Amino acid sequence: MKSIINDIKTRFEISDIVKQRDNFNFLTCKKEQTVSLITHLKNIEGFSHFVLLTAVDWIEEGKFQLTYILNNPDKKIDIGIRTFIERETATMDSAHHLWEHVATYQRELKEMFGIDFPGSPRVDESFILEGWDDIPPYRRDFDTKKYSEETFFPREGRTTNDPTEYMKKKLYPDEEK
Amino acid sequence: MKKNNNNIFNWQADRSKYPELDKNGKPIVDLASHKYTKIWQGPNHPGVTGNMSLELTLSGDEIVDAKTHVGYLHRGFEKLMERRIYFKGLATSIRMCVPEADSNEYVYSSCVEDLANIEVPEMALWLRTLALEMARLQVLLRTVPGQASTLSLGLGGQWGMYIRDLILDRFEELTGGRVYHMFIIPGGVRGLLPDGFKKRMEENLKEVDEFVEKIEDLIYSNSIFKKRTVGVGVIDPSWVSKYGIVGPNARAAGFKRDVRKDYPYLKYNELDFEVFTATDSDIYTRNQIRKQDLITTVDLIRQILAKMPDKGELRAKTPNVLHWEIEKGETYQRSESSRGEYGMYMVSDGSKYPRRINLRGPSYTHAVSLLEKMLINANIADVHSIMVSLQTCPPEIER
Amino acid sequence: MSDINNNTNNKEDKFLAEENKKRTVIGPDGIEFEIDPLKDYFCDQKPEVRDPKNKVVEKFINWARAESLWVLGFGTGCGSIEIPPLLTPRFDAARFGVQMRATPRQSSVIIISGYLAVKTLKRVIRSYEQMQSPKYVLALGSCTINGGMYYDSYNTINRLDYYMPVDVYVAGCMPRPEALLAGFNKLKERIKAGRAEGANEYAEKFDWYKANQKKIIKDWNMPDYNW
Repeated sequence: MKSIINDIKTRFEISDIVKQRDNFNFLTCKKEQTVSLITHLKNIEGFSHFVLLTAVDWIEEGKFQLTYILNNPDKKIDIGIRTFIERETATMDSAHHLWEHVATYQRELKEMFGIDFPGSPRVDESFILEGWDDIPPYRRDFDTKKYSEETFFPREGRTTNDPTEYMKKKLYPDEEK
Repeated sequence: MKKNNNNIFNWQADRSKYPELDKNGKPIVDLASHKYTKIWQGPNHPGVTGNMSLELTLSGDEIVDAKTHVGYLHRGFEKLMERRIYFKGLATSIRMCVPEADSNEYVYSSCVEDLANIEVPEMALWLRTLALEMARLQVLLRTVPGQASTLSLGLGGQWGMYIRDLILDRFEELTGGRVYHMFIIPGGVRGLLPDGFKKRMEENLKEVDEFVEKIEDLIYSNSIFKKRTVGVGVIDPSWVSKYGIVGPNARAAGFKRDVRKDYPYLKYNELDFEVFTATDSDIYTRNQIRKQDLITTVDLIRQILAKMPDKGELRAKTPNVLHWEIEKGETYQRSESSRGEYGMYMVSDGSKYPRRINLRGPSYTHAVSLLEKMLINANIADVHSIMVSLQTCPPEIER
Repeated sequence: MSDINNNTNNKEDKFLAEENKKRTVIGPDGIEFEIDPLKDYFCDQKPEVRDPKNKVVEKFINWARAESLWVLGFGTGCGSIEIPPLLTPRFDAARFGVQMRATPRQSSVIIISGYLAVKTLKRVIRSYEQMQSPKYVLALGSCTINGGMYYDSYNTINRLDYYMPVDVYVAGCMPRPEALLAGFNKLKERIKAGRAEGANEYAEKFDWYKANQKKIIKDWNMPDYNW
C-alpha cells in the first residue's frame, strides 16, 4: 500500500493522505487529474473493482466533494479518491469508459446533486425521480421537511419531539446546557 | 445462448428480424415499422422482485433492448439521515434493504464506531456475527427455493417460506422483531441470548438440513428446472470487473470473492468455512452456489453457538447518545450480505448529524447495468428467472 | 374545480411524454390521420355512484363478496415482505378466502403495503381505477396513516386518504401477518355491514381526489380516469 501511494505521489498532485485502516487510504486529487489517476490505478496497479462514486455537499465552502472508492481484489486493498469541484458550475469529467456501472452513478449524481458529467450515457434521463421541478434534493439547501409539509397534506395531531430537548425536560430538568 | 441438446429447443432465431446496431452497439429500433413490440414488465407485475420495472423491446419473443426503471421505492434516506442524530439514524438505516435488514444495521453501526473510535466488546461481536448469519439464512431460505417459483414450481418457494418463518421466530425471541430487528446498535448489541435459545435453534437447523436434502429431489432433479436454467442467463467472467459484480454472482463465474474471507470482520476469522466457486455462471450454477452458501451458513451458526461465551459485556461505553458529536472524518465499511458486498460510506463533520451517508448495495450494479446487458437476446419467458438469479433488491438501488 | 379534469388541454404540460402528444400518423393503409392519444385511446367516462335497488339481495351479495377477497399482487412498499408468509400454511390466508391475483381486473382488494413514493402513487392510482367496483383498499403501516418515519421525506406521501378512499388501516412498522389477518377480518365485517363503499366515495368526491393527486404528481401523462 505504501509503495503504491509513494508511486502515485510522484506522478500526480495528491494531498491530504489519511490512513483509515491498514488496507484503506483516502487521498485528495486535483479535479483535472482525477480521471487519469483512476485510469492509472485501474490499468497499472490492479484496482479493477469500482466500489462507489458519491458526492458530499460542503455548502459552507461552496464546493462539492466527489469520492471514488476503488478496490484491488487481489491485494485486498482499497483507495478512496476525493476531488473538489466548484458548487456553482458543478461539472466533472466522466469516467464511464472505465467501468459500465459508473454511468449509473453519474446519472444519479446528475439528478440528485445536479452535477453534470458531459458525455456520460443517458445522463440526462431521469433515474429515480419523476417530474421533479425543484432544486436537486440531495443539495444541502433543499429543505425536505418544508417541502413535505407544503406538498403532502400532513395529518394534524402528529407531534414530534426532539429527543434531546424532550429527555432533558423530562429527566434532567435541573441540568444546564 | 441455449445449449440444450434436445432438438425441439435447438431452434435458431430469425436474425433478419434483428435490428441493426449503431456505433455504440445499441440496436436501432423503429417502433413504427411494426417489427418490434415494446412492453413494460412491472412495477405492477407478479414476476418482478420488489417494485421496479423493465422496459423491454421485443422482436418476436426475443429481447433486443432492455431498460431498467427504478425509483418506485425512493424515500430519500440519504437526505433524511442528514437530519437525524446518529442514534436515530439507525432506525432509518435498517429500512434501506427490507429482506436483509441486519446488514444495514451492521454497516451503519460499524461506520459510526469507526468514526468515533469505539472498540466493541467480545460478546457483542459474537452476537453480531450470529445475527448476521441468521439474517443470511432467512434470506437464502427465501431465495434458493424461490428460484424454482419463478419457473412455476411454487411448492419450493412456499416450503422455504415456511422454514424461514421458523428462523424469524428465533429472531423474534432474540430481538423482538420479525423483519426489522435493530439488534446491532452503535457500540454493541441490545441483548443476550434468551434461555433455551441454543436448543430451539438447533431444532430449527435440523429442519433446515432436512429441507436442503429434500429440495435436492424436488428442485434440482426436476428436468424442467434444469432445462430452463442450465445455459440460460450466462455471466461472462470478463464482465465481473467491468460491471462490478460481487458476491454469489461473481463466485459462480469463478472469482473467489467473499468479504467474510477477504476482509475478515467481526468473528469470521475465528470460524471455519470455505468459499465455493464454480465456472458455469448460469442460473443453475448461481443457484447451486447459493445452496452451498445456505449449507455453510447453517454450519456457521452451529459453530458460533458452540464457540460463543455465555456472558459478557454487551455494549462499549459511548457518550450520551443525545449529545453524541463525532469529529470530522470519513469512512467506508463493508460486509457480506447474501447478495454480495454491502457497504456504507459515511462522512461526519463534527456536529450531531452525519454529513453524508451513501449505501453501496450489490443490486445497484446487478439490476441496472448488468441486467440491461444480460437481457439482450434472452427469451421473454426467462426474464423473471434471470432477474431472480441475480437477486435484485430494488429498495437498495434507490434508497 | 371543473377545469382540473381537462388539464391536458388548457395548458402546455412540460412533462407530457412524446407518445401522448397530439400528432399526425400514417396508418398501415397509407392514410394520414390525427390522433390525441389521451382522448382517443381511452374511454373518458367518469366513474358513477352505484346505488343498489334491492337491499336484501345486496346484503346477500355483500356476504358473498366478503368471503372471496382477491388481492392485487402489487408490492408497493416494505410491507409486501410479510405477504408471502401470509399465504403459507402457517398463517393460511386462504381459509379467509384471500387469494393473490395478478391483474387489477381480477382483484377486489388492493393492499398499499407501506410508504408510497410519488412515482408509485401514479401507478397505484392507475391500478386502483382499473379494478372493478366494488373495490376495497387495505392500508398497511404507519406511513400510510400519517407518514410514519417518512413524515419529512420529499418523495413519500403523508396520508393516503387524500388520494384514494381507505377502508381499513393496519398500524405498525411493519405489521405482523397476524395483524394483516385481523385487518382482513375487519374488512369483512365492514363489507358485510355494507359500510365498505370506497368505490362510491371515490366516484362522489372524484374532483377532490383528482385535485389532490394532480397536486403532487407533476408528470401526469395519463387520462383522468383509467378504465
